[in-house]
Amino acid sequence: MTEKNKKITHRAKFSLKCFVNGEKVERDLDSSRSLIEFIRLDLGLKGTKEGCGEGECGACLVLVDGKAVNSCLMMAIQLQGKRLITIEGLKGRDGGLHPLQKTFMEEGAVQCGFCTPGLIIASEALLRENPDATVEDIKRGLTGNLCRCTGYEKVVSAVRKAQKLS
Amino acid sequence: METENLKVVNKRVLKMDALGLACGEPVFTDDVDINGMLYGRILWSHYAHARIKKIDTREAEKVPGVKAVLTYKNVPRVPHTTAGQGYPEPSPYDSYVLDNKVRFVGDRVAAVAAETPEAAEAALKLIKVEYEILPAVFDVFEAVKDGAPIIHDEEDAKNIPDAKHNIAAKFDFEVRNGDWFKDADFVVEHTYKMPYLQHCAIEPHTVITSFDHFGRLIIRTSTQVPFHVRRIVAQALRIPVKKIRVIKPRIGGGFGSKQEVLLEDITAALTLKTGKPVKIEYTRRETFISSRTRHPATVRLKTGVRKDGTITDAEMDITLNTGAYGSHALTVMMCSGSHTLPMYKVANNIRFIGKSVYTNLPVSGAYRGYGATQGFFAWESQMDIMANKIAMDPVEFRKKNYIRLGEGSPVFKAMGEGREGVEQVITSIGLYEGIEAGLKAINWHEKKKKYKNQSGQLRRGLGMACMMQGSGIPEVDMASATLKMNEDGSFNLMVGAADLGTGSDTILAQIAAEVLGVKAEDVIVYSADTDLTPFDVGAYASSTTFISGNAVKKTAEKVRGMIIAVAAKILDRKPDDLRLEGGKVVAKDGAACSLSEVANTSLYYYDQHQIVASASHYAHTSPPPFAANFVEVEVDTGTGKIAILNYISCVDCGTAINPELAEGQNDGAVLNGIGHTLSEEMEFSSNGTPLNASFRRYKIFNTADMPAIKTILIPTFEPNGPFGAKSVSEIGINGPLPAVANAVQDAVGARLFSSPFTPEKVIAAIKNLQPVS
Repeated sequence: MTEKNKKITHRAKFSLKCFVNGEKVERDLDSSRSLIEFIRLDLGLKGTKEGCGEGECGACLVLVDGKAVNSCLMMAIQLQGKRLITIEGLKGRDGGLHPLQKTFMEEGAVQCGFCTPGLIIASEALLRENPDATVEDIKRGLTGNLCRCTGYEKVVSAVRKAQKLS
Repeated sequence: METENLKVVNKRVLKMDALGLACGEPVFTDDVDINGMLYGRILWSHYAHARIKKIDTREAEKVPGVKAVLTYKNVPRVPHTTAGQGYPEPSPYDSYVLDNKVRFVGDRVAAVAAETPEAAEAALKLIKVEYEILPAVFDVFEAVKDGAPIIHDEEDAKNIPDAKHNIAAKFDFEVRNGDWFKDADFVVEHTYKMPYLQHCAIEPHTVITSFDHFGRLIIRTSTQVPFHVRRIVAQALRIPVKKIRVIKPRIGGGFGSKQEVLLEDITAALTLKTGKPVKIEYTRRETFISSRTRHPATVRLKTGVRKDGTITDAEMDITLNTGAYGSHALTVMMCSGSHTLPMYKVANNIRFIGKSVYTNLPVSGAYRGYGATQGFFAWESQMDIMANKIAMDPVEFRKKNYIRLGEGSPVFKAMGEGREGVEQVITSIGLYEGIEAGLKAINWHEKKKKYKNQSGQLRRGLGMACMMQGSGIPEVDMASATLKMNEDGSFNLMVGAADLGTGSDTILAQIAAEVLGVKAEDVIVYSADTDLTPFDVGAYASSTTFISGNAVKKTAEKVRGMIIAVAAKILDRKPDDLRLEGGKVVAKDGAACSLSEVANTSLYYYDQHQIVASASHYAHTSPPPFAANFVEVEVDTGTGKIAILNYISCVDCGTAINPELAEGQNDGAVLNGIGHTLSEEMEFSSNGTPLNASFRRYKIFNTADMPAIKTILIPTFEPNGPFGAKSVSEIGINGPLPAVANAVQDAVGARLFSSPFTPEKVIAAIKNLQPVS
């Protein structure tokens, strides 16, 4: 829920302490702040996108303690003491490009790119959980992400290729 | 000219913006933070048809933080169209920034700008509106009757052919070579229906407007048509074109929905009123209820066929529902015929009867396929029905009749987009090869035998369909480009062409790089900004590769000439003996200088000048891409569920400038078409309220739903295209509906005439199973 879906604000404040992309962050926030608002508006990290605001499209996926969550459905306060990784914080083992970012580019899995950060986060969560995922596992694992451009064929190939790289 | 020696074109060059997008770079409309920005909100009509008797905004204006409330009383009233088309637009001028009448649930009533989203929301709730509820009409055939509610009764609307009967557009034509159906052994007549469909670009429509230091209006918008936005906003708000700059950042998909002035006018009006930056961003629900849709269609097709497989006559009668406004009403309707009727030879008579009709439902507009999707569902279903009638193999029936190289059609001349078309003959076609490749890939003949005598609940079947589209609008579309050279031998390519995620920036760079003998990454593309890039009609009508691509090629050729002129002096050789290759200018005798030497010479040493050029392209023909699609389905005769087991899409797009991106375009188009076929439909209550305005209820396909889809590119060489290229973006969406309908008929003998093919419809069709004639 970024500002466009915002209807009400409770002015109660809270102090959020968490880790964002590996760095310690402390902020005083409204208790009504959603996680996606915190990411896009307070942290200025614009790679996390909002496509629907109701947890259906997956463009806003981020990793919280290693699990993929729709940041439009989670409140910032729920991040207390947790580790948040956004697309900007995703790195390969050598600190460079993450294999998924590389294979998405190489396999032509990026068209408009609006859903891409969410798809990469979902793929990362999937491969962390199941490094040997089959094509069927991958297809099942990415059902929370909608993409209207690619038809998903090249997305699935990109995830398969990243598996082999890592 | 052939494609063998190409170095950059026809190669799988990496999409130049892919890495930035995969890393989440802030490149979309909403990814900038602007100080002091106001939040815009729109009050939507809850009524399908009503007149605003009173509107009181005083309470709303008192909300702390509210800076402006706009109603029809304080914005200019200028009839215009929201359709982002070339000028003069062939759509009726029936839209206003705000009006004293609402014509569908989701029409604009008022707009607010406030310092916080909460204040804007609160203000919307305090706008008091007194409506006179008017009778509404939702069915096109009711809407055209005498005495139906008149949706556009305003006196200042322009170019509505028959407002009293709610006709937003009509077009008829006939080619007559004798008595109708006199040579036909069989006459086949059926009616095919398609509902309201949504584009579902994942990035919702977003606009930010502000003033620059000259007091000019800056419109940052997710659009496919930056130059049309500039012109239409200038018209609707009565401000000069020179006072407006439109910037197109990266776009999160469009598929036609962003070939519209949807929010730019109202957001700009709020900035004009407040003097402040304003952002309006649609929620997903707003995208469903108040953006644009595919025109729902009723297509009656009556064709005559002889036993030898000759199609004798064809009459196509199409009625489109344009919703409350006539955006693209005429042109989508005409394309439903102009892209389909030339596909097969018709021996005697052709007639097209087309209407687009207003109803009190959401506004239709441009949608990938643009009428051809509606038309081919009917045509390619009917092709199979005719083939069955004469007991001819449907593949052979198509092979016998499709348009050949060098052939024309009276339809090309008779039907253009909104006006007479342009005579043309087919200058490249790979349909035969596409059909053969598809038959092989799906293992057609063997599986046909295997599925001949099936029993049991699960039945398999095969279906196919052939299509064509266009490559730009002939003698209408124009594109231009500017290219300048830098010291290091790199180039800036400035284009008005609007990459909306398609990869057009990359393919345009490839075209320039091929001409200049450099790598694609040596061409830095900037697209699009009405202040900085030359004119281009925008990304629609499958025009970018063909029209903008030709403009880039011509521009690069001019620049190449300028480079050779400088190099000739450096090398002391004749210009005719020089060519560009591998980042160098090379003479026949092997003497060479680098491009950077050329650039530095021109910029700093000798006869100093900037190597820079512009060129435009305008085409007299629109070479159609062709496609043959094949599908294997399994129908559960107990539940009515259709499973797509395998989908093969063979596409002749001429030379694929970038095969990877061309495949991606087609894969996406096919899956979108499969969504149309099996699940997608906007539903409305009896009073016109959308019932499934969310991704939860409007089902688009995800990874678990996707069948195996394979795109096979069939190379041909189109002599009028850049390096032999034609278009590729739209054609793929037209195949799934007829191909799946044909496959279901093959599997269970039942014919589906109305999409989507839900289990209920499949079961009903099986229950009513009668031989289709």
